[in-house]
Amino acid sequence: MTPRRAETIAALGFTLALSPLSAHAHLVETGLGPVYDGIAHFALTFEDLLPAVALAIFAGLRGTDHARRVAWVLPLAWLLGGLAGIAARSAMPQMFGGVPPLGWLPMLLLGGLVAADLKVSMAVTTTVAAVLGLFLGLANGVAMAQAGAGTRGVLGIVSALFVVTALAAACAAAWQSGWQRIAWRVVGSWIAASGLLLLGWSLR
Amino acid sequence: MFRSTVLRPFTMLLLGAFATPALAHIEGGQATGFLTGFAHPISGLDHVLAMVAVGLWGAQLGLPAIWILPVTFPIVMALGALLGLLGIPLPGVEIGIAASAIVLGTAVLTGRRAPLFVAAAIVGLFAIFHGHAHGTELPPGENGLLYSLGFVIATGCLHAIGIAIGAVHRWPSGQVALRVAGGVIGLAGVFFLWRAVA
Repeated sequence: MTPRRAETIAALGFTLALSPLSAHAHLVETGLGPVYDGIAHFALTFEDLLPAVALAIFAGLRGTDHARRVAWVLPLAWLLGGLAGIAARSAMPQMFGGVPPLGWLPMLLLGGLVAADLKVSMAVTTTVAAVLGLFLGLANGVAMAQAGAGTRGVLGIVSALFVVTALAAACAAAWQSGWQRIAWRVVGSWIAASGLLLLGWSLR
Repeated sequence: MFRSTVLRPFTMLLLGAFATPALAHIEGGQATGFLTGFAHPISGLDHVLAMVAVGLWGAQLGLPAIWILPVTFPIVMALGALLGLLGIPLPGVEIGIAASAIVLGTAVLTGRRAPLFVAAAIVGLFAIFHGHAHGTELPPGENGLLYSLGFVIATGCLHAIGIAIGAVHRWPSGQVALRVAGGVIGLAGVFFLWRAVA
């Protein structure tokens, strides 16, 4: 199998695995308005935070080019997904409910990518960032619409996401000597293991 | 010199071996969060000794085992925990856990330099047993993710402690101390085995 074919299959598999799902989030009300509610929601929802951090670390380990790309593509895709989620929730409210939670899947896949320290092209990194952003953004958009925070809530989430992604990717890109790279991979294995455990919890 | 580098650690480890029996069983209650999950792996001596032994052995084996073992162990352990959470039975879990302390302790005691894939297979096999025991014993609760994070990070920290202790391997007296520690863990494993089959 050629590297290009393998990359295409990996990207397609990842896309298929991340089938849309309903939001199972609970909005944190800070009392400071929808933007801050969105920021708090992202910071306290580990099912969103950990995959984003894992992807940022993965991109950072691949180099500054990948890190820069993910720092922009992920929040933009998240924003698009969020807006689509708000629109979809308004148009078809009966569609979102009763679907089992799949929060474990991005954690398992992206944590696994970091642990494996897989070498991929920029196209694959970009695709993964876009798919993850659209997938989780869609769920966030639905949650924000349900909670009445709407577009401003999504903007809060995306702002927090950009800061976290940029910082994590920058740290991973800068700290790669010797044991530091191993430490990142260990973090990835912890995220993947937590995703696997979360799968067990959801099936229990 | 001998007293400070060998006798004192040996005495401390010996005292540790006489600590209470394995109590890797949560008393009850809910999986309420990170700290509950963090406390679970460190609440049982059998798990603690086996995890530390993984780190000690990794330090003895050197690169690349020193980082491959702690990277792979949590994922394989989580796979075992998944089986436990799903209620899929695994025969002889307690015996497997006791055997892990015996085998890993003996490996450290003898300083045996196993090939990487053999070491990874041994550690992976025992990770399944440890994970399954944890998965079976996990209490029901609302926040499975925070609990899982605490649980996995605590296990990783035990490996890190083992690796840090294993750093004494670079000194001749440290190598002796490490072997003694392996022997103590192996003896503790025999005790766990006796308790499991008695």
